[in-house]
Amino acid sequence: MPFVPHTEEELWQMLDVIGVDSIEQLFDEIPGELRCGELQGLGPGLWEQEISRLMQGKARQDGQPLCFIGAGAYDHHIPAAVWQLASRGEYYTAYTPYQAEASQGTLQLLYEYQSMMTELMDMDVSNASLYDGASALAEAVLMAVRANRKSRSRRILVPANLHPHYRATVQTLVKNQGIELVEIPYDRSTGQTDLQALVQHTGQDLAALVVPQPNFFGVLENVDALTEWARANAALSIAVVNPLAMAVLRPPGEWGKQGADICCGDGQPLGAPLSSGGPYFGFLCSKQTLVRQMPGRIIGRTVDLDGKEGFALTLQAREQHIRRSKATSNICTNQGLMVTAATIHMSLIGADGLIRIAGRCHSNLQLLVEKLTSLDEIEPLFSGPVFHETVLRLPLEPQRVLRTLAAHNILGGYNLAKHYPELGNALLVCATENHNQGDMDKYRLKMEQVLTSRRQGACATMAKFD
Amino acid sequence: MDELIPRTQTLIMLIFEHSKSGRRAQAQAPMADDGLSGIPDDLKRKRKPRLPEVSEMQAVRHYTRLSQKNFSIDTQFYPLGSCTMKYNPRACNTLAMLPGLINRHPLAPDSHSQGFLSTMYELQEILKEVTGMSAVSLAPMAGAQGEFAGIAMIRAYHDALGDTGRTEILVPDAAHGTNPATAVMCGYKAREIPSKADGDVDMDALEAALGPQTAGIMLTNPSTLGVFERRIKEIAGRVHEAGGLLYYDGANLNAILGRVRPGDMGFDVIHMNLHKTFSTPHGGGGPGAGPVGVSKRLQPFLPIPMVGTDGHDYHWLSEEQCPQSIGRLSAFAGNAGILLRAYVYAKMLGAEGMQRVADYSTLNANYMLKRLMDAGFTAAYPQRRATHEFIITLKNEARELGINAMDFAKRLLDYGIHAPTTYFPLLVPECFLIEPTETEAKESLDAFIDAMIKIREEARTDAKRVRGAPYTLPVRRLDDVRAARELDLRWQAEEEEERA
Ligand SMILES: Cc1ncc(COP(=O)(O)O)c(C=O)c1O
Repeated sequence: MPFVPHTEEELWQMLDVIGVDSIEQLFDEIPGELRCGELQGLGPGLWEQEISRLMQGKARQDGQPLCFIGAGAYDHHIPAAVWQLASRGEYYTAYTPYQAEASQGTLQLLYEYQSMMTELMDMDVSNASLYDGASALAEAVLMAVRANRKSRSRRILVPANLHPHYRATVQTLVKNQGIELVEIPYDRSTGQTDLQALVQHTGQDLAALVVPQPNFFGVLENVDALTEWARANAALSIAVVNPLAMAVLRPPGEWGKQGADICCGDGQPLGAPLSSGGPYFGFLCSKQTLVRQMPGRIIGRTVDLDGKEGFALTLQAREQHIRRSKATSNICTNQGLMVTAATIHMSLIGADGLIRIAGRCHSNLQLLVEKLTSLDEIEPLFSGPVFHETVLRLPLEPQRVLRTLAAHNILGGYNLAKHYPELGNALLVCATENHNQGDMDKYRLKMEQVLTSRRQGACATMAKFD
Repeated sequence: MDELIPRTQTLIMLIFEHSKSGRRAQAQAPMADDGLSGIPDDLKRKRKPRLPEVSEMQAVRHYTRLSQKNFSIDTQFYPLGSCTMKYNPRACNTLAMLPGLINRHPLAPDSHSQGFLSTMYELQEILKEVTGMSAVSLAPMAGAQGEFAGIAMIRAYHDALGDTGRTEILVPDAAHGTNPATAVMCGYKAREIPSKADGDVDMDALEAALGPQTAGIMLTNPSTLGVFERRIKEIAGRVHEAGGLLYYDGANLNAILGRVRPGDMGFDVIHMNLHKTFSTPHGGGGPGAGPVGVSKRLQPFLPIPMVGTDGHDYHWLSEEQCPQSIGRLSAFAGNAGILLRAYVYAKMLGAEGMQRVADYSTLNANYMLKRLMDAGFTAAYPQRRATHEFIITLKNEARELGINAMDFAKRLLDYGIHAPTTYFPLLVPECFLIEPTETEAKESLDAFIDAMIKIREEARTDAKRVRGAPYTLPVRRLDDVRAARELDLRWQAEEEEERA
């Protein structure tokens, strides 16, 4: 009976107080026909040693490959202190800080998080998290539709070089409210959003334009032109950014003449391990004027009865527990623990540290590209500048290359064939500060062997035809 | 009084206020600054973000100290109704963080994912069995997103039948706020139906509300009133006859785990809160996980991705295999690390352990209810059995002693007990929704009851003292009105404040 503390004697005492003979009797209001028999297929409970062996086996099965995949989830070093602190029971096992006096730790930390996030993004306000980057973008889209007073439009321009899973998620989450996502193509030579194509929408009634930085190809966008175009067309601009990159790139608050209106993204690069895609956290910041349209929790500083400073949830009239069907979103549970980790992560690393880590990611990518493109027939696909991820053209199908590399315990990147078949043999590769020279040499060597064996294989088949 | 409290104690020390320009935790970044030679100048950031500049020890000390200002399950009894604040086994955390799992990239190929995928597949199977549904998707990232998925599936189902005249979702007045908010996010109108005095749904009102415009109904059973909806079969029959589908809000699944299955009650779709029933941590607000289970007819619409198997290997099921899916809910596969924790928990419980959850959480709740009633407190539904939680109303105390539910809640904090859920559900005045969970020992339950009795005593002799609580915590009651009126949502550097 794991985790249930009752002794036999206590059980009888408690039943006696209640005035029943058995636990069974406590369920007597439930119609008999609804009662189920013993659950099937669950087996007996395991003790901690047994479940540990089981999980260790599973973990070993997945190995620890050398990974060059990014595509929205990035392998960064996380200071040891981050999860040692975030795993403290006082953070790990508390809940939403409704009882402010008994939650000042979490509340102050979230206020600090909001402060750090607005600094990093150069925006006025931040909420206390949403689920992940993709769902945060969906919330940003809904927020823009509510907030754009100049336009009644429900059309949102979304560039095709935005992460395909983000586009899919937004579609799922907003389509039932009659919001239309209009795709903007990318420039085939630079990889950037096609300004020419955007201009065709000039003068249309639009709610917002989505601007990724970097985009899914790793390419940096001409954010000023895009933000200004949006403003000129009475559309709000929604930035979708990598938070680590914002330590070194101009942040959304500085885009164009007045900055982006809303910015969001995935906080994973700030202290969340890869962990098969989650939990991460979605962040959402905006201009002050839009704060009442924000979804999710927001923490404010105030004072107590004695005039002492403290923190509390605020602007709750936006939220479902107060507003019900008129709330800005249905979100309740968010990703608090991930934000706890991110706050500690940012404090430990600081602006200078983030700048160095971003710099190392960038120089490692340059090195990786240099090594791989030194091989015959591998070349960068796009000319636009990149941060820590880029698209390479391969001489053969990425799927085949990746399979062979995986057999050597290297995950060589993300194959773009499914979402961008028009790009041919295109592979998205990423480098971070977690890679070193040896890793990249290993990748280059294996890649070379794959290409050589292909050439020899091809010669062999040709020989047969002769 | 003021002279006795040093001025510094009335001000909070933010991490930013530990900063010194030029200080940093040097072990936490590369020694060299590599620069950004491939990035054009006009895209580069000019002004550094003002993040804290502290040493490693300063950060560790600051966040350790902050943690000590929290109540948590690990430190206090936390009978927060509807939230199932049970013990979170440490093994679940340790095993979800094993290197092969914690470092797995979400887009790793199947060849490097069999350990993870097999776990997810098994969890889907376990949750199917526990809920009595035909299929499960683990994609939703919390209860509310599970609700979204469920109602979106109901909509997709009606749309697939060409039945587009259904515009309403019925929601009992006792429902959690996420229910009506979800209905609206799915493009529906939320229509409230009242509860009767005994806590069950008012069948006449339901009857009157049903019609060709009904897309479905969202129910929690046991309801948020802490009682089991006895006529659930009849409700299911009536809603189905009207062409609507039934959604089960699984927030209260702890009450019936291993005893009753939502699938057997006639529900078409359910979500589970793994951060409640399956004991994954609440993390100061999240993350959670809100898997959805469905009956056969909704199976094609489940959110992606899911995990399938050919009997030997495991693989993802995505758009290609699930063309009618409502789609993706996140960039990858939901809160995978939380799902791993739930799997570990389920394996540790086994079939028998699951049933014990329902048994002992129900035992604890009924024990507390009986003792509180014996002590003269008022049950909201005295003629009903408690489920895993129950409601007392403090309206008499409010009227006679001038002490309301919030006063009791705040004073409980001084006794080292986290307050129950207050003022929810909205239809019971001055209410406490109390959920002890199965992991709490009799001593904690007794301490809670003793504290309630003492607070009422105190109120009789010194009501003002109770109204002024808490006294023992880092702060006393906070000024919420000021928080909302004079918005202070972030720290600002001094020079900026001066400019403002
Ligand atoms: C009855 C009920 N329904 C739905 C929810 C929403 O779940 P979540 O907070 O995981 O989104 C909750 C929990 O907060 C709840 O108590």
